Amino acid sequence: MRLTCPLCGERDRREFYYYGSEDYLNRPAPDAAPQAWDDYLHNRDNPAGVTRDLWYHDMGCSSWLVVTRNTVTHDILAVEAVADRKGGAA
Amino acid sequence: MPELIAKSALAGHAPVTRLQTTLAEGSAAPITSVAPYPGRMDRVNAALAPLGLAFPAPNGQTRQGAARLIWTGRDQAFLIGAPAPDGLADHAALTDQTDGWAILTLTGPVAEATLMRPVPLDLRLGAFPPLRTVRAPLNHMQAILTRTAPDAFEIMVFRSMARTAWGELTEALEVLAARAQTA
Repeated sequence: MRLTCPLCGERDRREFYYYGSEDYLNRPAPDAAPQAWDDYLHNRDNPAGVTRDLWYHDMGCSSWLVVTRNTVTHDILAVEAVADRKGGAA
Repeated sequence: MPELIAKSALAGHAPVTRLQTTLAEGSAAPITSVAPYPGRMDRVNAALAPLGLAFPAPNGQTRQGAARLIWTGRDQAFLIGAPAPDGLADHAALTDQTDGWAILTLTGPVAEATLMRPVPLDLRLGAFPPLRTVRAPLNHMQAILTRTAPDAFEIMVFRSMARTAWGELTEALEVLAARAQTA
């Protein structure tokens, strides 16, 4: 498995650390309902198909990445830097 | 305060030569990490202009005389060989890294083949030309790797891993030398 880091280019999977679902980027407001916090912290989909999750390029450029991949075919569909998203660090 | 003796990370390691390729300790001082604050890249480049340098693109470096600025990660570069210019600290986070890194050089005809054992990248000249600088694993170590010439590389690792890096590169050289003998 290889991921194409937006800064470093195509790299081996061993350079990356897996963090978890993309849901971690969508933190509820502090006063959000308990259900929203429950969903944020604990409730995850387990799709057979396309999923999006967070990876960290710890042996490379230290970027956080959102990886879109297919759990059935193992295709990597997209790799984006979290910092490049709206609201990410400039 | 007694006078202390400063030692380099690999003091006492004599250069190792196999197949006309030499592993040796390099030197680079001072080293300053430059991490521009968001949206300040123009001002960072203005502050660097007196040195003749500009903030490098990913996987690259800029150099002027003995001073060079090498890319070391997202929005981060190391300024080597010159002190930070006046005004830079207003627009970028600066930290002194001078004693934090061990520097190794590998020079010779099999330097490329040696490094491609512990580093999982295509380091052939066409894919990895001179003055390219990347962050890459050297086995388990988070190294900064630069091709300084067609047959020469500079490898920087955390100072705490200096002897491990030395040992693993020596081993890779020995393996290539042994294979050359039996071939």
